[in-house]
Amino acid sequence: MNHSLNEHTLKAFDGDLTTLRGLIAEIGGRAEKAVEGAMTALGTNDHDLARQVVEGDKRIDALEEQIDRMVIQTIALRAPMADDLRELVAALKISGVVERIGDYAKNIAKRVLLIDSGQEIDAARLLPAMADATRQLVDDAFTAFARRDADLAVAVCAQDKTVDDFYNSIFRALIAHMIDNPEHVGAGTHLMFIAKNLERIGDHATNVAEMVYFAVMGQSMNERERGDDALAPDGE
Amino acid sequence: MLDNTATTSTKSKMSARDVKVFYGEKQAIKGVSIDIDMDNVVAFIGPSGCGKSTFLRTLNRMNDTIPIARVEGDITLDGENIYSSSMDVVQLRARVGMVFQKPNPFPKSIYDNVAYGPRIHGLAPNKAELDQIVENSLVRAGLWNEVKDRLQDSGTALSGGQQQRLCIARAIAVDPEVILMDEPCSALDPIATAKIEELIHELRGRYAIVIVTHNMQQAARVSQKTAFFHLGTMVEYGDTSDIFTNPREERTRDYITGRYG
Repeated sequence: MNHSLNEHTLKAFDGDLTTLRGLIAEIGGRAEKAVEGAMTALGTNDHDLARQVVEGDKRIDALEEQIDRMVIQTIALRAPMADDLRELVAALKISGVVERIGDYAKNIAKRVLLIDSGQEIDAARLLPAMADATRQLVDDAFTAFARRDADLAVAVCAQDKTVDDFYNSIFRALIAHMIDNPEHVGAGTHLMFIAKNLERIGDHATNVAEMVYFAVMGQSMNERERGDDALAPDGE
Repeated sequence: MLDNTATTSTKSKMSARDVKVFYGEKQAIKGVSIDIDMDNVVAFIGPSGCGKSTFLRTLNRMNDTIPIARVEGDITLDGENIYSSSMDVVQLRARVGMVFQKPNPFPKSIYDNVAYGPRIHGLAPNKAELDQIVENSLVRAGLWNEVKDRLQDSGTALSGGQQQRLCIARAIAVDPEVILMDEPCSALDPIATAKIEELIHELRGRYAIVIVTHNMQQAARVSQKTAFFHLGTMVEYGDTSDIFTNPREERTRDYITGRYG
């Protein structure tokens, strides 16, 4: 079935959906920027930037509420079916997930305000690369939503493993570092939580991608994988 | 190639196979196959002129009344071809009852409206049994409590919603096996509509029920199976919950999401 959708006979419905997609794009963009800002603040020890990220989270929370209201209103007034219904349900769930991404970014920014010796710990040198990979995941997940791109959604889920691998490496390196340098346990623990936050952000980007897949394809990504398995020839 | 057949493994009450309907030269139905069972209310949806009402009317040979209409293909009721020469059409329409868009009670008393069918089909040997049939039918149609004290009033004096339930009681009175409903609520207000929809739920299982409706929310509310018709073909037939959340066909999706040109 063709995944792109024509206009509704009732143009006002398209107007609602366009507004909603705009809000999703905005909240996604702000969440991505919050992750980027928090990690830049960490790298440059920029407390002003960290405080901006903490402050900016309020706007993300407000957008979540706005999206939830708009989805409920649209369901009530337009009685959406099929693709429209799935997109609205996905939008509702995505807004909740993005709000969590914002919270993790805020948590990273708050930790930046508490540590200033972080950049001296060599064991955390992979953190910027992990942050880039995570930010890219968030970016791709929202691009997939905007384009109704199920393939990109699948790619996001596959890419999440990269972020997980980063986390495991950083975790082990920090443990080893803290054993050798007990005076860094405070900063090291903050850095470990930051890595964990990034890992969770990656998981949430995956959640967004899964909802995009559901909205576009009408089945969950897991169902698709089960279907593929059933078709695969029996291996030795 | 689109698979136009819709068959189920459960025992079907009525089966249509490659049914084609012509009005003179014009072909209105282009080969529809479907099974209808007792356990699932079936809704036919589709834009005006798609053939859903025409197809519904083939199921109790209402198209016979249109001189230029011609039906091809097989339609069976309990395995018996309803278009065979041995089929008694009057008897068929008692077994496959119909409720129309506009309530059409006879200009007779409420009692006589319901008693009419049992009388002409000789279903009640005496007055007491006829009274019982009338009462049972009105109870099942959810109308008894509203009319039990005025059974001799004219059926046409009832409200629209009551008239439609009277018509359903009239259809039930001859103990049909299948009830066909052609937009039964389109002339009713939301409360009367809700009562008919509740009635359809009550009747499900006792009768095989097919309903044609323009109201997709109604199809979603009352049916377990939905068939989407378009330009004389049945585009898709499946569980109502699937049709309205994840239709397989693009034409179905465009119609139910309001994108039909």
